[in-house]
Amino acid sequence: MYFTRMEVRVLLFASYAEAFGVPSVAVTLRDGATVTELLAKVKEMAVGHALPPAPLIALNQDYAAPGDVIHSGDEVALIPPVAGG
Amino acid sequence: MTRTAIVTRAIDATALIAEVASDANGATSLFLGTVRDVNDGRAVTGMEYTAYDAMASRELERIVSEAAEKFGGVTIVVEHRVGTLALGDVSVAIAASHPHRRDALDATRFVIEELKRRVPIWKREHYTDGTRDWVDPSSSIAPSALSASSLARGTA
Repeated sequence: MYFTRMEVRVLLFASYAEAFGVPSVAVTLRDGATVTELLAKVKEMAVGHALPPAPLIALNQDYAAPGDVIHSGDEVALIPPVAGG
Repeated sequence: MTRTAIVTRAIDATALIAEVASDANGATSLFLGTVRDVNDGRAVTGMEYTAYDAMASRELERIVSEAAEKFGGVTIVVEHRVGTLALGDVSVAIAASHPHRRDALDATRFVIEELKRRVPIWKREHYTDGTRDWVDPSSSIAPSALSASSLARGTA
């Protein structure tokens, strides 16, 4: 089966940005990939093991569910445990 | 009326109280979060706050909309500060006014609890020995306290 590939930039913050040493990383996915697939790709990266088993992900500035679908141009972010207040 | 903001300047709590004041509202509630000098037994000298700005603004806006719906007639203003703060500095301020005290108090409580749970803001503590660490509230909570069953029972 053939899928169109897309490059998605994943925003990193706080402890995650520190672990990766950069404010964002690029991953290549099939168009229509899910949040779970994106996470698997990020975890394959050199410091991906620094992430917890199921980190929170935001899709277009909303918390996403594992099965949510990512499209080209979406804003994706890995959200470390929040600590505001 | 509601207003929310992520700010990089000092928070003026008095201005927030004035902003929510209304002759129709007989109760005003104010919550201030400040930088304290010790956490988990380690002496803290300051705190560095950082945010996913766009999402933090949106999430804060959503929380306040939910509060306005839940506590009809409430006026709320929320400011959260980011950047490097010193001991005693105000990191977050929530002012709420309502005709009656119960709703003013409950709305304030609702906003701070949801803010701490949902708004993508992080803080890094600076310690007296020169080291710094990101604060992870989830690591200080036993996993069992976060289980679905304990949440359903309301014991978390």
